[in-house]
Amino acid sequence: MARRADVHGVMAEFDDPAGLVVAAKRAYEAGYRCMDAYSPYPIEELHDALGMGHTKLPLIVLIGGLLGCFGGYGMQYWISALSYPINVGGKPFHSWPAFIPVTFECTILAASLAAVFGMLALNGLPMPYHPVFNVARFALASRNRFFLCIEAKDPRFDLEETRRFLETLNPREVSTVAD
Amino acid sequence: MEPYPGGGTPPIMEPYSPGTATQAVIAPGHTFGTVTDKISSIVLTRKTSVGWWLGFLVSFLLFNVLMVSITYLVVKGVGIWGVDIPVGWGFAIVNFVWWIGIGHAGTLISAILLLLKQPWRTSINRFAEAMTLFAVSCAAIFPLIHTGRPWLAAYWLFPYPNTMNIWPQFRSPLIWDVFAVSTYATVSLLFWFVGLIPDLATLRDRSQSRVGRMIYGMLAMGWRGSAYHWHRYETAYLLLAGLATPLVVSVHTVVSFDFAIAILPGWHTTIFPPYFVAGAIYSGFAMVLTLAIPIRAIYGLEDFITLRHLQNMAKVMLVTGLIVGYGYLTEAFIAWYGADKFEMFVPYNRMTGPYAPFYWALITCNIIIPQALWFRRVRSNVPLLFVISLIVNTGMWLERFVIVITSLHRDFMPSAWGNYNPTIWDWGTFIGTIGLFLTLLFLFVRFLPMISIAEMRAMLPEARIDDEDLRVI
Repeated sequence: MARRADVHGVMAEFDDPAGLVVAAKRAYEAGYRCMDAYSPYPIEELHDALGMGHTKLPLIVLIGGLLGCFGGYGMQYWISALSYPINVGGKPFHSWPAFIPVTFECTILAASLAAVFGMLALNGLPMPYHPVFNVARFALASRNRFFLCIEAKDPRFDLEETRRFLETLNPREVSTVAD
Repeated sequence: MEPYPGGGTPPIMEPYSPGTATQAVIAPGHTFGTVTDKISSIVLTRKTSVGWWLGFLVSFLLFNVLMVSITYLVVKGVGIWGVDIPVGWGFAIVNFVWWIGIGHAGTLISAILLLLKQPWRTSINRFAEAMTLFAVSCAAIFPLIHTGRPWLAAYWLFPYPNTMNIWPQFRSPLIWDVFAVSTYATVSLLFWFVGLIPDLATLRDRSQSRVGRMIYGMLAMGWRGSAYHWHRYETAYLLLAGLATPLVVSVHTVVSFDFAIAILPGWHTTIFPPYFVAGAIYSGFAMVLTLAIPIRAIYGLEDFITLRHLQNMAKVMLVTGLIVGYGYLTEAFIAWYGADKFEMFVPYNRMTGPYAPFYWALITCNIIIPQALWFRRVRSNVPLLFVISLIVNTGMWLERFVIVITSLHRDFMPSAWGNYNPTIWDWGTFIGTIGLFLTLLFLFVRFLPMISIAEMRAMLPEARIDDEDLRVI
């Protein structure tokens, strides 16, 4: 079980998306769980290949939307009926039909903010440094190459064995990722 | 954003020849690398072209006209404009509605076409969304400066605890407008920026200059294309699209409420919300065409913004133009059918009164000329599409002008009738906002990728993973 403290993992580079998906599936079947795949655009098939679960983001967006809805309506109610009531043409202070447009907008605003900042938070972004950037060719991950990285913290990880395993998956190149 | 949404053969597999029913969404022969290089090289070039400098100079000059106009307005007051009794709302509201309307196409292309799984949205959605942001920036200027004392506008418009203990009036469409436009600006910005993150990472990785790498690197926030990140990213993107869709409908509805909630004849009609939204999409697509046609020619992007995109946009313009035409008919019909003499006077005044030339110019620009789009030969003729898009933009400005001015200048009491005469400062402010819009566009085109690189990659035939490819398991 050779695991060095300064190694983040082992990374294989592929030319095409199918190669990456096949590699990810084989790695999953071989028992590896702590791995990540990098691509210049989203690949649906990787979701099952890597054994990804569901994300909590929709729940976060829902909570944001509900906060916006009740918050917006509550703000208008407090302002128009309690704090600063004005008699406008005999309309009731709690003029709820008039409150609907602003409530709607507040819902959308809060839900959108939750979606964006929730996504960034769940992804751990901004994260200016990550060990995979130490591999020079990784710059192509944002252009036309696909990478699979098996991380050292995986219980089945062994530097030589995992490297050999990745070589069997037809990569373009296999590199060790320094931490 | 699967390789071809909805399954089946992507249109790029079909032979590309003008005149066939479905044409290519991307011209054949492109790879992940060529798509990336083509789009990012426009930004990462070391030499900025002379044409860009010239265009930027002209736009910046017009922007300075805006600065001078606003400064003079703040110093002297709203009297420098042509607003008076009875027309108390002039160019400011006309231009505000025009600019907001233009912005709607960007969100429709980004959000609604995503939900409808239309592949042709991909190469136009980035700069259409940028166009939305810049149009909303131009629009937002007007409500602020037209208040007469804009330095007090903060507590009039926004609900914040202030020293006088007063709050805005939530029963007014003017405050609904504040929330709608603010939400629209914020959500558009978020949607656009989220879409940019992977492309900023591409620019970070390909940039040759240290400054470029640092700035794009900071903006990209360390994006590395991890599959887990992409999964949450796609979820967020889809949810934002789902949220932006009702938003775009609601924003111009609320803008139409500025007029429809008032009891003025010609304004107080229930056709206004759908009519305004259709008009917004109409003028928005016209503006997208006005921008897309020169941009694709100048930057050589015909492989990505193909004839199919232009034809589809022309079709959307035709449909929304017909809805707007239906709106005009409904207004006239209900005025006659409702037998309210004040309401009946409005179409009569529009057609025969002092602003009749504007009304008939409006009908020509918005209804008559765009009927040419029924013919495929017109839809396939790029210069003609450009001219028609300019005409539609003018027509939609005239429509807002006619709606606002003709209802205000002759309402219930003939003794209160008057005329509206725009001054040079009205025109200066309007042209200045066009300068602001163009300046922002030139900056965008120079520093950011105007086509979504990541989404374009997903559309290529290389990106398809068939079951045969996976059968090695």
